[in-house]
Amino acid sequence: MGCISCAGLMKEEELTESAVTLRLREPTTIPIEADSICPDNFANRSRGEIEDLPVFYGRRKMKLGELFEVEGEKSDTIILQGDLRQVKKIGQRMTRGRITVQGDVGMHLGAYMGGGEIVVEGNAGDWAGAHMQGGRIWIRGNAGHLLGAAYRGEKRGVNRGVIVVEGNAGREVGAQMRRGLIVVLGDVGEFAGAKMIAGTILVSGRLGARAGAGMKRGTIVALAEHDELLPTFRYECRYQPVFLRYYLLRLREWGMTVGDEYVNGFYRRYHGDVTALGKGEILIYDQH
Amino acid sequence: MYINGVEIEDTFAEAFKMRAARLIITAANEKWALTAAQVATGFATSVIACGAEAGIEGAIPANETPDGRPGVSILVFTMGPKGMEDQLMRRVGQCIMTCPTTACFNGLESEEKLKIGGSLRYFGDGFQISKLIEGRRFWRIPVMEGEFLVEESFGIKKAIGGGNFLILGESPQSTLEAAEQAVEAMREVRGVVMPFPGGIVRSGSKTTSQYKFLRASTNTAYCPTIRRQTESALPEGVNSVLEIVIDGLNEWAIREAMRVGIRAACRPGVVRISAGNYGGTLGQYQFHLREIVGAG
Repeated sequence: MGCISCAGLMKEEELTESAVTLRLREPTTIPIEADSICPDNFANRSRGEIEDLPVFYGRRKMKLGELFEVEGEKSDTIILQGDLRQVKKIGQRMTRGRITVQGDVGMHLGAYMGGGEIVVEGNAGDWAGAHMQGGRIWIRGNAGHLLGAAYRGEKRGVNRGVIVVEGNAGREVGAQMRRGLIVVLGDVGEFAGAKMIAGTILVSGRLGARAGAGMKRGTIVALAEHDELLPTFRYECRYQPVFLRYYLLRLREWGMTVGDEYVNGFYRRYHGDVTALGKGEILIYDQH
Repeated sequence: MYINGVEIEDTFAEAFKMRAARLIITAANEKWALTAAQVATGFATSVIACGAEAGIEGAIPANETPDGRPGVSILVFTMGPKGMEDQLMRRVGQCIMTCPTTACFNGLESEEKLKIGGSLRYFGDGFQISKLIEGRRFWRIPVMEGEFLVEESFGIKKAIGGGNFLILGESPQSTLEAAEQAVEAMREVRGVVMPFPGGIVRSGSKTTSQYKFLRASTNTAYCPTIRRQTESALPEGVNSVLEIVIDGLNEWAIREAMRVGIRAACRPGVVRISAGNYGGTLGQYQFHLREIVGAG
């Protein structure tokens, strides 16, 4: 692990005075569904109008201002403070602006988002970036299960956009993703890229078991250790993929430290899953 | 006007609207990047007979190329988008894809784009792989050596072709030396190429011919061997003429290339610097020599 070290992945942008700051009034064990916390909703609303936006506290419909202290108005930059582990759907369907979560955050972060950026300074719950259509999610801590995955019953998941997790991620990362890029600097659990249709998942830590199960197309890159691959993946060759150089250099541009050995290195290519279309690939860094 | 004793004729070069594309070719090392660039810009001296005018714009160090490998930038010029698509398909497909270790990237941001990699991908026979990152789509085409990476679309933009100047010298040697010096200086200017061999033309043409089947013929007014048989433009003492043709992405680039080129060409053994034009009736651009060399 640690083949990509992270040194200040994102430049800490100066938070403008015009940002809207939300502070959860009290920690809660009751789930809060707050899909109204979205830069698109805040950009042209006064403080009072923001406070009047609806949220669900459990099954009770409430006003945002009843659960959060609101500072600022008319901005597509949002800062969230407090214990937000029970707050779901933040940034859902956002298309612009930036959300900074100063701590942990709950499930469904940035689901269906089409643009803008979300930065989580702590950990994120399950389903972060589900069905993402564009933009960028950057999680400095760990992510839960089903990062960038498709919801149950849906045929296609993430379609464009970038998700970066500096810590570990759980099971089924990028399940059924269609396009886009997911980078996990730590370990990932089982079934990463399950039923993947296209796109790229890059894992810097340990790649869990059954990676790429049922994948049709797409790329899973393992820069370090990996559990045993499924028998439905076949070894093809050892080579230096030029496209991967391009990807890794973009990660460098985004502030990650990527060793030259990975940029210039050789990778073992396995194709699969042959029980599906079989045109997916797992590339494993070969240090020998 | 004289520079270093060389007369700058009071005339102008006449140039035309063209379309341009910039391709960034990378490879495992400089040798193969340059090889691909040379082949891809081969047989591309005159748009009339070659379909395109092309040349090497310059080398790009590895730390400035999209994939971190040594690269070469080439510029391709055609009269219109349709011709460009045809030429890029041929040149990328036959000259760059076939060359060991290469990859090919778009080097020109433009609203107007041509699908090149997106068409070449079918060479992959169903095994090609698409990659999309930051709005740029690439195609990975499996080839016997490994994989050819090519960008789906290449930007094209309006450009200028046909900037030129003539070096009238006392001898073939002194004229060639002056032309070589000029080309060397002009290669430092970004956004231009000199599409002829080594950047130099020895057989400039005029747009008429005594033969009905021929649209262009040798530029008789500047041929020293027949100066007494034709209406010659050569002053006494001139025994050789070489031309440098310049295609550029914009007017400024051509003017700058002409400026440094003409100044470099003004050396002993050169009598006059002139330029080719059609009386200002055909081209959309005029580059007046005295105005250009007087600038900067």
